Amino acid sequence: METIIAKTTEQKVDAKISPTTLTGSQAVLEACIAEGADTIFGYPGGAIMPIYDALYDYNDKLKHILVRHEQGGIHAGQGYARTSGKAGVVFATSGPGATNLVTGLADAMIDSTPLVCITGQVFAHLLGTDAFQETDIINITMPVTKWNYQVTDATEIPGILAKAFYLARSGRPGPVIIDITKNAQIQSFDYEGYTPCNHIRSYRPKPVIRKSFIDEAVALINNAKKPLVIFGQGVILGKAEKEFKNFIEKSGMPAAWTILGLSALATDHPQNVGMLGMHGNYGPNVLTNECDVLIAVGMRFDDRVTGRLDKYAKQAKVIHLDIDPSEIDKNVKAHVGVWGDCKETLPLLTLGIQEKDRSEWLKVFADYTQQEYDQCIKEELNPSTEEMTMGEVIRIVNETTKGNAVVVTDVGQHQMVACRYAKFNETRSNVTSGGLGTMGFALPAAIGAKFGALDRTVIAVIGDGGIQMTIQELGTIMQTGVDVKIMILNNQFLGMVRQWQQLFNDKRYSFVDIQSPDYVMVAKAYGIEGSKVEHRKNLQTAIQTMLAHKGSYLLEVMVGKENNVFPMVPQGCSVSEIRLK
Amino acid sequence: METNTEKQEYTITVYTENQVGLLNRIAIIFSRRKINIGSLNTSPSEIDGIHRFTIVVMESRDVVTKIVRQIEKQVEVLKAYFNTNDEIVWQELALYKVLSEEITEKVKVERLLREYGARAVAIRKDFIVFETTGHREETNKLMKALEPFGLVEFVRSARVAIIKESSGFHEKLKDFEQKQPSEEVIENEYLGKREAVFTM
Repeated sequence: METIIAKTTEQKVDAKISPTTLTGSQAVLEACIAEGADTIFGYPGGAIMPIYDALYDYNDKLKHILVRHEQGGIHAGQGYARTSGKAGVVFATSGPGATNLVTGLADAMIDSTPLVCITGQVFAHLLGTDAFQETDIINITMPVTKWNYQVTDATEIPGILAKAFYLARSGRPGPVIIDITKNAQIQSFDYEGYTPCNHIRSYRPKPVIRKSFIDEAVALINNAKKPLVIFGQGVILGKAEKEFKNFIEKSGMPAAWTILGLSALATDHPQNVGMLGMHGNYGPNVLTNECDVLIAVGMRFDDRVTGRLDKYAKQAKVIHLDIDPSEIDKNVKAHVGVWGDCKETLPLLTLGIQEKDRSEWLKVFADYTQQEYDQCIKEELNPSTEEMTMGEVIRIVNETTKGNAVVVTDVGQHQMVACRYAKFNETRSNVTSGGLGTMGFALPAAIGAKFGALDRTVIAVIGDGGIQMTIQELGTIMQTGVDVKIMILNNQFLGMVRQWQQLFNDKRYSFVDIQSPDYVMVAKAYGIEGSKVEHRKNLQTAIQTMLAHKGSYLLEVMVGKENNVFPMVPQGCSVSEIRLK
Repeated sequence: METNTEKQEYTITVYTENQVGLLNRIAIIFSRRKINIGSLNTSPSEIDGIHRFTIVVMESRDVVTKIVRQIEKQVEVLKAYFNTNDEIVWQELALYKVLSEEITEKVKVERLLREYGARAVAIRKDFIVFETTGHREETNKLMKALEPFGLVEFVRSARVAIIKESSGFHEKLKDFEQKQPSEEVIENEYLGKREAVFTM
């Protein structure tokens, strides 16, 4: 008996004199805290249990949001990253937990969203044996991650996580996945503290700016008669909104945005001429093919923006500012490629360019806006039909929020309408799945967006198709009590595909007729208040009620079944061939 | 000068860190675009700890330029270059296994081997293994010539290539290890000198 007690005491003393002994799991959480991650989105499972066990003791320092599906977890991480400007952190287990992250990784990769995903993995000695819930997630995710790494030894964890956060955030941001075998999570090691990473010799997040490119670009801009600035998310990711505004204001240039660039410049800015691309505005599309200098800032000339490439801005000299050199010349040949962080390159350009009055040129845009208003916008925002339109819903939202809310959209017609008409006063207010077009993105992303910007109103605009893809995340809302306003624009169709079938497939409506459950009842089952609007006369009050409600609220709006989004640049057509109806 | 869309043989040289899985990250850049890799070799480079990939593809300059940029974008890739055949010195190695009785009986074979500069790397009672190095046409020719004498096995290695203009990677690496690389290293050769791709 005596000896046993002595032994126990000795062990306790040991534990006290070496407080730097941590398990791999604890080291993971220490890294998250050191990197300023306050919220983690995740779902436990066998292979990540040691990390969750450690998390039990970190409850006061790290907020963990239990989602209902790992895809919901990663989209929430994306929403969080978009509104907060920090890297989203996501936990999932091995096997199906890890594979459920793949869609979100692909989405974050193409939309340059910083994420650090931690997945559990089977014990290292079981790797390659088809063990229970083993999957080769490193190889599966290789094409959809900026970087990934498998940890099999706990001593690697501090260094690897430092690298993961650094890579996710720096340069052109992107998702990183760190797969940690269960033995490494359990293993104790001598923890020497956490050192953030700021240099990897084989990785160049941004270059030293070359003056010659700046000079060439400045000369082109100063000689331009009809310059057009087109900007993307690079402005937001580079936290260069102010620099961008100074740049366009000094030389009076019109500026048009891609849907990921939306909200980097306030909607009511006099030089904001609207949206580019397939469902963008009339002026910026047509005038892309009439400008003499096209200045692309932090955007990648996606095919949805350019339409037919061989008829895209052929008359213009192209200046392309991008932090990723592989984007320059990829789709559109740049006459001057300004490789660099636009937070640094834009002020240099601003310094060199002359102050100009370009009101004549801006007037051309205004004329196109007027035509578009008369032929499209007016009817969409103030319809003369009995049926409600998506546009009028967004108009009333604008009138109620005054453009101060974060709007999260899913994918499809409602996304195009919301992006076209939603008003924004501040940056990081628009969260959408642009590059990948992931239906089911909005509900979980809105949850994350709210955690990333707790003081702001978050409205998720979702179609009746997309909501049904990730509707389980209502459970996350129920459990966390997070305040998200959910607006379902229900046209009883998979509207965008139906629109294409109508226009290009002779109205052969193949499997686009989708039924919905009673969303208000579903919400009620999750303890979320809601209502449904079927007539215009109730719309404004319903939206006001939703926004005034304390806590989450679901509003279903029945909109016209066969409304189309116009203008439209049909696929394979040039931006000049944009159709107003 | 060839046009940028005409296909020809390009040799891509990639300097990388030694990292598990990097081969796959590089390979999927090709397979994603449905481009066949003609040959691929990984080996140490002139610098301890730094690996060198040599990849041969039949593609247009436009496509190769974009691929090389995507390769260079990978975190563990230090630098990637591409060159046409006249810009490099390259070799491939081939092994030929023939039955000993054929060789010993027929003097003709001996003359053949002498002519092609082949040397025996293994001599056994039942078979002999010969080796040649050279360009594809050269190693191919000996294969064809040996066929009538019962070529049992033939194998050829991937291409290894030295870039004529290169002064090695030592100096550049020093800059990579600095936190703030010099202008020379940081410059984007594709943007700066579109035609002269090699700027070491």
